[in-house]
Parts: sequence; structure tokens; C-alpha cells
Amino acid sequence: MVQQEPGPGSDAILEVAGVDKSFAGVHALREVDFHLRPAEVHALIGENGAGKSTLIKVMTGVHRPDAGTVRLAGREREFRNPLEAQAAGISTIYQEVNLVPLMSVARNLFLGREPRRFGLVDTRRMNREAAEVLGRFGVRVDVTRPLRTLGLGAQQMVALARAVQVEARVVIMDEPTSSLEPKEVETLFSVIRGLKEQGIAVVYVSHRLDELYAVCDRVTVMRDGRVVHTGEIAGLERLKLVSLMLGREMSAVRDKGSTAFDSDSHELRDGQPALRAVDLTVRHRLHGVSVDVHPGEVVGLGGLLGAGRSETAKAIIGALATEQGSVEVEGRAMHRRSPASSIRAGVVMLPEDRKAEGVIPNLSVRENISLAALPRLSRAGLVSQAKQDEIVTFFMKRLRIKASGPDQKVGDLSGGNQQKVLLARWLCLNPKVLLLDEPTRGIDVGAKAEVQGLVDELARDGLGVLLISSDLEELIEGSDRVVILKDGRVVGHLAGDDVTEDGLLDALATAPESPDLAAAPEPPDPATTPESPDPAERPQPAEPAAQAAPAASTGPQPANPADPAGPAPGEPREHPAKESQS
Amino acid sequence: MTSLTWPGAALDRGRLLRLLQEYGVYAALVVLFAIAVGLDGSFVEMSNIRVQLFQVAPTLLVALGMALVIGTEGIDLSVGATIALAASVVPLYAGYGLFAALAMALVLGAATGAVGGAMVAFARVQPIVATLSLMIGVRGLAEIVNGNSAKPITESGLLDLGSRSIGGVPEMAWIAGVCALLTGLLVRRTTFGRQLVAIGDNRQASRLSGLPVRRVLITVYVLSGVLAALAGVLIVGHGAEADPANQGLNMELDAITAVVVGGTPLSGGRVRVLGTVAGALFMQLITAVLTQHNVHTSYTQIVEAAIICFAVYASQERGTR
Repeated sequence: MVQQEPGPGSDAILEVAGVDKSFAGVHALREVDFHLRPAEVHALIGENGAGKSTLIKVMTGVHRPDAGTVRLAGREREFRNPLEAQAAGISTIYQEVNLVPLMSVARNLFLGREPRRFGLVDTRRMNREAAEVLGRFGVRVDVTRPLRTLGLGAQQMVALARAVQVEARVVIMDEPTSSLEPKEVETLFSVIRGLKEQGIAVVYVSHRLDELYAVCDRVTVMRDGRVVHTGEIAGLERLKLVSLMLGREMSAVRDKGSTAFDSDSHELRDGQPALRAVDLTVRHRLHGVSVDVHPGEVVGLGGLLGAGRSETAKAIIGALATEQGSVEVEGRAMHRRSPASSIRAGVVMLPEDRKAEGVIPNLSVRENISLAALPRLSRAGLVSQAKQDEIVTFFMKRLRIKASGPDQKVGDLSGGNQQKVLLARWLCLNPKVLLLDEPTRGIDVGAKAEVQGLVDELARDGLGVLLISSDLEELIEGSDRVVILKDGRVVGHLAGDDVTEDGLLDALATAPESPDLAAAPEPPDPATTPESPDPAERPQPAEPAAQAAPAASTGPQPANPADPAGPAPGEPREHPAKESQS
Repeated sequence: MTSLTWPGAALDRGRLLRLLQEYGVYAALVVLFAIAVGLDGSFVEMSNIRVQLFQVAPTLLVALGMALVIGTEGIDLSVGATIALAASVVPLYAGYGLFAALAMALVLGAATGAVGGAMVAFARVQPIVATLSLMIGVRGLAEIVNGNSAKPITESGLLDLGSRSIGGVPEMAWIAGVCALLTGLLVRRTTFGRQLVAIGDNRQASRLSGLPVRRVLITVYVLSGVLAALAGVLIVGHGAEADPANQGLNMELDAITAVVVGGTPLSGGRVRVLGTVAGALFMQLITAVLTQHNVHTSYTQIVEAAIICFAVYASQERGTR
């Protein structure tokens, strides 16, 4: 190992410089620099696929970088495996607790370094010390119980306690709060502050912005495998942070977007919603989410990673068990929801993970299309080939599915064509409500436009559509309304002219954390000038408004040319996020 | 240069493997038959063919059920024990005639399958564990029902079923053939069959597409149990005795071998009924040929093992494209 001269980043305890990493030709990291100072809490954020996990794995010796260096306390290191990194003082706490569930809590805590007496494990001392240590973390349990009998939050705390017990100089936490209760989060924060006082540096990965502001000193934002920003978190506006993550400038002016959605909003049919979901609650994931979808309407579900969008769709169709909440389809309540009963009622979902949850790869296009409709195509359990072929031919033509024929295996089709096959599977059932979870993710541009055009057409034909998309442009241009989720709660609604990227970004960035904060709506802010309804300029109570939003003077143009003038000058707009409800 | 020639070579190799997977078992069957006849012309005599058919019929019946279970990415180790259970109740009901005994055996076979299927579908026990526990428990039960010794069967209907031929072909073989035909129809033409294959290929997607996953799984194990029980009755009729301690031993392994050699992948999502028939015939023939030419059983087993390894290797290659 070469002893390196302490470089410019020598104040860093952990320094990653110029790291490249690709997997099978796909660049996961490109020239990534990352400096972690002693005694700081450094947030690492980014959307799915931004490269956070890969970076962590490079730092902890799971992956070896293709190029670039990792230095710990000024010395260049090449960790061959996570154990070496751990021995050098880098502890990691993963999202999933990776301890031994059947062993006792105390055993887990001291795994590999048990206190010994006469060469045997000194159980009494181990249990006593374990109880002491855990007590400091606010966990008061019988340490002789098997770990798995503890709640997930307590298990996470044990993992944390263990990571800190090992003499760590750097602690990496990968979404440590995803399974914690609010009280446990508070405990975690005080533990983190304690670590800081001991001079330990913490890398904190989370997509909950409030947590970052509460506990972190600096932040590094990643997008598409690159670091796009590093800096102090104090003084950094949430809005700026969100637009950095999503790669969208606040006022990207666009007269007409590049999506294939017809920009006219759909004619709303009166009265009864096609789908009404009320108060959906799933432990740790959803907290009372309510959504209505009317016939002929596309309702977007907005939110960052982990906001609970996919969970909402799954809870609606009963693929995810809910603790409370109800779903009505055309006014009729659904009891005992399951995917099968939802399909019978006319509510269908295009899943986010096409490969794992959508296609039956080794079956033909014909069989994949007719899969859900089989009972309707059969008499006495025998499938009618004629009816099946009729439907399959019709949809292959209508959706322009490119396959060598109906007998081609779906696994061999391109992503876009697979997605069309899945759409056909649902459309041949004549559904009333279509839940689309990332319908255009990972498909080529042409197919993307076709799918978008089709969604538009279906809505015009009277279908209710719930659209989930991480592609902001798609979400905004495709939706008539947007319901904004954050941490499993509805935190805002955008409707009409407010359905703009800026409105969405603003709502995402400023939506308050706890429901009681959202309860008090503020009056429209007089400080906002009519020409620039840029929400970034709006003073936020929690943040300094000093930072100028980029190109704020141009003001955002609504992506909806149905109202070409945009909001009329002089007409103050109601702030979308203030429509929040809990 | 190599980068230009390699894809072509890979394509040829891939196509060869695909052909091997699709038609290999049939070709092997024909070649083996030709060799058998070449070595000993008397092999084609009807009496010999009939002996082979008598022996292969129960294996084929069990293998058909096994193919369905394997199609759902499962496995059924309890079929041998189910044969024993069927055998154990036949003497008790043989006095009421063939149909009473048959009905009772089939009901018990269905019940065994239902228990295994419920463990798999509702309790989410891994199929190999669920049916392993049944394999042990049910054989124990069969031995309790029957007592220690084998019991002779005198009921004429049962004996006829196990020995008579129609048009030179054993009734047992006719029954197995009809069952194979029905199974093929079930897999290809019915809602149930298509759902079965879809569930084997991607269970989560099937569930989200509203397929009755649990019902299909339980039904598959029930069918496997019923077919095994039918095989058990035929074995008792053919042997003219009920011997639950020995009948159906290792039958689950013979059935799995037939299914695998027939080209059905263990990873589920595909059921090859005709392939299973060919696989069962092939394994029967190879054993017969080796035995008739005085090859020691130990060597026969080694040859069988090699065939299984090759069949599994060939079927796996498909997954990697």
C-alpha cells in the first residue's frame, strides 16, 4: 500500500475521489467525489438509481471501484470485503437488519466479541452490559429474548448499538428510519448527536427531507451516478434540494412539453367517482391516504421515492393488506379486497416492476394478454380458442404490439412491447379504473409516446386513471389533478392551472412533516408578486428565503395550453401546498 | 475477428440445444428402441412389449401428476406413500367390489393431496418439506391400516384390471394413455391448465392478475394424489397382493425422473405431457434393455443417474438462453 501525502482533502476522515464504477456496461458511478469530515453528519440523497447504494458499497468494500480512490484518515485503502472496512472503522447499518434473528439480543449485540471468563462466554456479564448499552439507546427489553421477538424498530436500535460498539470512526446509515416509530426516530437522532460529540462521522442516507434538516450538517446530492451538489444543509432551500434531486430547474419554461399527452384536460363527468379510496393505512407505509378518481379523469400521484405512491395503488387493489381504510368502486364498497376481487369490480393495476409482477415471461403474447380474461373466454373450464384469438388480434393491432406473432414468448419482447401486452391484459377486461404505476419506466421513447397517447385516449373514453410517475413532465402533462404524497400522507393537491412542475416541486419541498402543521392553512401570501408566482420566493417559516431561485423572474408557464394565458396577472394564486390536509 | 464469429457459433449451439430440449427425448426413445431391437430381435415381440407396458403404466400415471406439480414450481414427494395408502385400503373394501375399493383409494389419494396442497398454498410451507412430511407419515399410516404382512387379493375385478389386455395392450396401459390424453387437454385447453402454467412461471404476477393461486395449487396436489392412488390400485391388481410396506417405494423418484427426462423444467412454468410419456417410456426401456442383457443393477443405476444429469443440464441451458 502506498502511503499517500495528505492531500487537499486531508481534513476528511473518509474521502472518495474520482470513483467510477460500472456494471455490465452501465455506469453506476461517474467520477464521484465525496468528503466526509470528522464529527459531521453528512446526508447522502438522490432518487432511485442515482448511485447512493453503489457509493456506499464502494466505501464499505462490497464493490471495488473501477477507477478512483477511497481514503480513510488520509491513507489510501482498498477494502477487499466489508469485514476489512469494518475493521478499519467503517460501520454500516442497512435498511434491513442483518443480525441473527434466533439468537438473544445480548448475543447479537456482542456477536464475535463476547466477554469471556475461563475461555467461556460470560453470559451474566454479557447480559448485564447489553442491558446497559441498550438502555442508553432507549431500548428496555429482556436481553435474553431472541432478537426476532423484538419489534423492527428495536431490532434496528440493536443493530445501531452494535455498529457503534465496534470502534467505528465512520458510521453509515442506510435509511435507518424507514421502519421506526416517531419516538424511536427521536432516540436515533439523540444517538446520532452523541456520536457526533465523540467525533464520529455519520453518513446519513434518507429521502425524508425533514430528517435531513433536523440532524444533518452537510448534504451530497446524487443523480444519474454523479454528485450534483455538496454543501452545508443550513441555508439550502428545500425546493433547491428537491430540484437538484430530480434534475429539474424550478422555472424550466416550456410552452409545450415533449410528452405525447394531449394537453386538453379531460372533460369531467359529473357526480360519482369511479374510485374512492378513503383513509388507507398500512403500518409504516401509509397513514390515512384518500384518493378519488372520476370517470374520464387522470389523477396523478406525486411524491418522492418512498412517499407511498406504489403502496397506495397496491393497497387499493388489495395486494397490500391495510389496517384501515375503505375503497368504493362506483359507489359500491369493496369488502375483503384482493387483486382478484378488485379486477372483478373493474379496478386493475399495471405494476411498477414489470418483470417481477407483470409478465409471465415464458408464456406467449397470446397467453399473457388473455391471462386475466381466461374465465371469461371459457365455457365449462375449456378456453375458447376463437374468442381468445379474436381478442388477442384486436389488441395486438390496437396497441401496435410488435412481436413475431401471438405465439412469441413475452420474455423476448422489448420493454415497451411487454408493457403494451400488460395494458392489453387489462384493457380486454373493460376496466373502469386503471392504476398505472410507472407505465413508461424503462421503455424506449417511441413506445413511451404511444403509451402516453393511449392513456389519454382511454381517459377520454371514460376510464378513470390513477397515474404514478417519477417522470415529472409525464406526471404533470398527463394528469388533470395531482395528489401529492409524502411519507405516506396526502400533503397537497394540485388542480387546474396549478398542475405545473413548479407547483409540484414546491409542494414536495415545503409540505410539512406532521399533520398538525398542515392543519392550519395560511392565507395567500401578499408578498408574492403576480408576475412571478414562483413559490421559491415565498417566505417559508422554517427556512431563510434569502436564496434566490434560479431565473425566478421568468416565472413558470403552466404546461396546460388550454389556458394559454396562464394565471391572469394580478390574480394571486392559492398556494397548492396549503391545501394540505391530514 | 473472434468477436464476429462467436455470435454465429453461439446461435448454432443455442439452436442445437433448443432442438435437443424440444425433441431430444423422442429421438432418444427411437434410438434406444432401435438399439434394443438390434441387440435382440425378440424385443419387439408383443409379449415383451406388453410386459414393458404393464410396468410403465403406474409410473406414467404418477409422473403425469408430478408433471403438473412441477409445472407450478413445486414437487410432490408423497406420491409413493399415497400408492401405499391406496394399497392398504384395497383389501378392506375389495369385498364390496372393484368400484368401492377404487373409490375409497381415490378419495384417500385426494385427501392426501389436499393436505399437501393446503400446506403449500395456505401455510406456505415449501413443497419439498410439506410433501416430505406426508411421504413419511402417510406410509406409516398405510402400514398401520394394513398390518405387518402383505395381503393377497382375490377380487376378480381388481385382478382383471391388473392383468387383462384390450387389443393386445394391457388395460393398465390404456388407462394411463387416456389419463395422459386428458392431462394434455387439461394443460393446453382449460382455464385451469393455463393458470397452472402461469402461476409456475411467475406467481406474483399471477396473483396480481387475479388468478386463484391457492385454489390452483391445492387442485394440482389433489390431482397428483388421485393419480398416485389410481396407480396404487393398478399395482395391487397387477401384483394380486396389497403390500404397503413395499409398494410404491421410490416411485416419487421414478416419476420425477420421467418428468425431468421428458424435458419439463423443475423451475416451473411449463408442463410437457407428451415429453413425460416419452420420459417414462425411455426410463422403462433403458432399465429393461440393461437388465435383459444381464447388466448388474448397480450399473443400471449409474446409467440412469447419468441420463438424469444430462436431462437436467439440457433443460437448464434453456434458462440461460
